Amino acid sequence: MADKKVFLYALSTCIWCRRTKELLTALGVDYDFVFVDTLQGAEKEKAVAEMARHNPSRSFPTVLINGTVIVGFQEARIRELLQK
Amino acid sequence: MTDIDKSRLAGFYRQLQRQAQDGGYFLNPDSGFAMELAESLLINQNRYGYQACPCRLADGERELDQDIICPCDYRDEDLGEYGACYCALYVSKEVAERKKQAGSIPERRPPDPADRAKRKPVPSAPGTGLSGLAYPVWRCRVCGYLAARDTPPGVCPVCHAEKDRFELFMPGGNTR
Ligand code: SF4
Repeated sequence: MADKKVFLYALSTCIWCRRTKELLTALGVDYDFVFVDTLQGAEKEKAVAEMARHNPSRSFPTVLINGTVIVGFQEARIRELLQK
Repeated sequence: MTDIDKSRLAGFYRQLQRQAQDGGYFLNPDSGFAMELAESLLINQNRYGYQACPCRLADGERELDQDIICPCDYRDEDLGEYGACYCALYVSKEVAERKKQAGSIPERRPPDPADRAKRKPVPSAPGTGLSGLAYPVWRCRVCGYLAARDTPPGVCPVCHAEKDRFELFMPGGNTR
């Protein structure tokens, strides 16, 4: 699973983002994430713009798994992509 | 993860429960889950000065976040369609009674602020009278409570009669 690249756009207060993180941890996946709500000014704008390219509705969590975009906490979909 | 005082959180949670009950709404039956959301609402209260939706990115300006101050403008539509609000703090009766489960649902809030403004009710155009209503009006046959929204409330907030006791009182919006 170490060959999978996983990135998560999240909010520190969002419960579905939290569930997503818990799932990734439970699956033993190495992942990077950013809490967009804790950023300020230009940094925040940059993160939102970057995320919007993958998910135009700009909703959280947005998960990238090897370039595949998963919007919202979709447990089955995440498992499927990571356990292939 | 936070510095929210435990007794403040407990009091706030009780208040949410009471308000939901009084208004004919239901909190998520998983109290740990609902409590996490209540805590996040208090974090946002501290951070922004108002209870912005925990699962959405707040702008930080009240004017721009108006539609996502909890309970948000999208709660009732999502409750009707998915059985839960976007965060799943509020759920339908079926979910509250554990006959159905709440999950993550698609975002209804338009990402562009210009499109959010369009969702707001527009007053009827001069001369069109009631036929120009932006929303239909529903009437509770039991107590007469009127609600102007796309669909009738799940439960009447006044007399607690259920959704099917509402009748279309004045057409508007989609029902025109
Ligand atoms: S989605 Fe639910 S918790 Fe979030 S603001 Fe709306 S009503 Fe409140």
